[in-house]
Amino acid sequence: MTTTAPAEQSVGKTPSGAAHPHPRRRPGRIRRIGLPYLLLLPALLLELLVHLVPMVIGAVMSFKELTQFYIRDWGTAPWSGLDNYKVSVDFDAPVGEALLHSFLVTVAFTLLSVGLCWLIGTAAAVFMQDTFRGRGLLRALFLVPYALPVYAAVITWVFMFQHDNGLVNHVLHDQLHLTDKPSFWLIGDNSFWALLTVSVWKGWPFAFLIVMAGLQNIPGELYEAAALDGAGLWQQIRRITLPSLRPVNQVLLLVLFLWTFNDFNTPYVLFGKSAPEAADLISVHIYQASFVTWNFGTGSAMSVLLLLFLLVVTGVYLLLTSRGRKPADV
Amino acid sequence: MRRTRAAAAGAVTASLLTLVTACGGGSSTSDGSNDSPKTLTYWASNQGASIEVDKKVLQPELDKFEKQTGIKVKLEVVPWSDLLNRILTATTSGQGPDVLNIGNTWSASLQATGALLPWDAKNFAAIGGKDRFVDSALGSTGAQGQDPAAVPLYSMAYALYYNKQIFADAGISKPPATWDELVADGKKIQAEGKSALGAEGANLSENIHHVFVFAKQHGGEFFTSDGKPDFTNDKVVAAVKQYVDLMAKDKVIPTGDAEYAQNQSVSDFAKGNQAMLLWQSASANLKSQGMSEDKYGIAPVPVQSGTPGTGTQVNSAVMGINLAVFKNTDNIDGAKKFVKFMTGDAEQKILNTAYSSIPPVRTVQADTTFSSGANKVLKDTLATSAAALPQVADESQFETAVGTAVKDLFADAAAGRAITTESVKAALEKAQQQMPTK
Repeated sequence: MTTTAPAEQSVGKTPSGAAHPHPRRRPGRIRRIGLPYLLLLPALLLELLVHLVPMVIGAVMSFKELTQFYIRDWGTAPWSGLDNYKVSVDFDAPVGEALLHSFLVTVAFTLLSVGLCWLIGTAAAVFMQDTFRGRGLLRALFLVPYALPVYAAVITWVFMFQHDNGLVNHVLHDQLHLTDKPSFWLIGDNSFWALLTVSVWKGWPFAFLIVMAGLQNIPGELYEAAALDGAGLWQQIRRITLPSLRPVNQVLLLVLFLWTFNDFNTPYVLFGKSAPEAADLISVHIYQASFVTWNFGTGSAMSVLLLLFLLVVTGVYLLLTSRGRKPADV
Repeated sequence: MRRTRAAAAGAVTASLLTLVTACGGGSSTSDGSNDSPKTLTYWASNQGASIEVDKKVLQPELDKFEKQTGIKVKLEVVPWSDLLNRILTATTSGQGPDVLNIGNTWSASLQATGALLPWDAKNFAAIGGKDRFVDSALGSTGAQGQDPAAVPLYSMAYALYYNKQIFADAGISKPPATWDELVADGKKIQAEGKSALGAEGANLSENIHHVFVFAKQHGGEFFTSDGKPDFTNDKVVAAVKQYVDLMAKDKVIPTGDAEYAQNQSVSDFAKGNQAMLLWQSASANLKSQGMSEDKYGIAPVPVQSGTPGTGTQVNSAVMGINLAVFKNTDNIDGAKKFVKFMTGDAEQKILNTAYSSIPPVRTVQADTTFSSGANKVLKDTLATSAAALPQVADESQFETAVGTAVKDLFADAAAGRAITTESVKAALEKAQQQMPTK
């Protein structure tokens, strides 16, 4: 990557000064321009292999009548055109109706979970801004749910939510007498709240971590000046903290939304392959359509629809949040 | 790129499935060869109390096979929860074991994939002939009119396990033979402060096995004779309602059992908290949980009236494990030798004793080892009053759809909602609509 002279001085000349049919510096320039692409190549190849190729194959499958009869050699499955899509979006028929129900449950679950994660995470991060004895220990404790393996953590919740011997009923019913009789959390309508509880427990430490990092970048002078001007805590949060955290929150909320909307591990470990209707999240619903009832074509169509929905939501979100953003925020 | 990556994560199924197919390329169409004659890979289902127990049972037998044939068998014990997906993945990718255990109720569904070696007359001849196996076991090896997709390995049947002490305390002298008697006995047991009957309300397979038997006892079938789902006929609806009513109306199954799916009802029975358990070949499981055989009795599962038998007196599904060979094995001759070995008289006696199951091989089943106590009840059930689950390609979907319907009905019963003929019919209607239409 070294050049000894301006390019125009040597173009078209051989070392002896004789005319040359090709520019002398060209190979070096190609190397210089090509090197970044060369360095990117492994990542691009992996991206292609791990994400794009399966996605394209998944899209192809969604146009096929792919059941157990063809799974051994799925290429031979007959084309079904848009049938799988029509079945998935026919909300008056059982498959579409169930998919719509699952979608609505997922939307409600995601909004509540993301909102609560953000709220608790932000409150905890603001609280932890002040120095006090034991702050380090508390901060480490806050991060425990985020650090635990998902499977182990959710299985522990399964034990706690059990009807007869679970800790949740023991506390709510036996100790606090808040319920007339022990409740069911892993079946029936309450399963939604059980799922939400685990999701928020698991998700808020990430919000806490990110918001805390964002808070570090807010100059202390701003708060000092505000305090001198007589601004109280709430005014400081509203006028300084939240506006300063805006870029961080934009990314945080998007990531939390995508993770929560697609969360498969939590409902699957909590309820198994057949979730209660009230907690039938779309990721498990699609898994069931594909891998339990062996309707791989329909499952692929549902996946493509989900992908399109997430792309649209993400696109609109980024468009809205980037409006009026300063270049420095990008 | 972030958007693309994040959105890609959303396509859960597409990514999972297509990753598998991208790797395998759906290239499993080749039939077997003898390219690797010295090794075999064997996926055993988890039959014992744990995977370690299974390894201890199976490894000495596999060593024996190696000594006899020079073929080394690589064993992997696969938990039940993973087995079907593992088989499916292996089918798609072509990268599976040579020999594997399958649940016998999956036979027709897996047969439809075309991945398993059909057991025609020639293949059966290589393992000693089809006539070696009892008819009830052969009834769960694939769709009618086609060569079996697998060979029976272990047979099982449901029985009624009852706690002798709890029965004595409640003044009950013999186990119930009919459902009315069971409910009446249950009331006496509950009066003594014990739980009457256990169930796994959230376990889809358990639900299916029980409602299948109740349907048989009502003279109903879940499928028409040409294989179409018929879940909402009056007899099936009455059957499902009767089973769920054991919790909703008769109240002999505790409401807490509605969320059981991990064999908790077996633990409740083993701990002496519950008087009765409807289970298949539970002896080894109870022993592993510290319940000695003298503490419980074993009786046939109740029927509507009279004693178990054929027709409406059926009281169990034909349960069990089959042994299948992947069609694209690289050691087709070795695989057949292994099936012959595992279904041979000596191994059948050892393995079925270890797993407290019944040998599906006629000669071994006649052995006196399997003619007393639990074995006698299970053997008689298999011989006289057990029926095979529907051998249709959509059996796997049926288990999920109807099993989930029953799970939801149990959840309603546990929540105190009324279980009516209409609500049962609506749940089954929904299940039927979820079945493939092609």
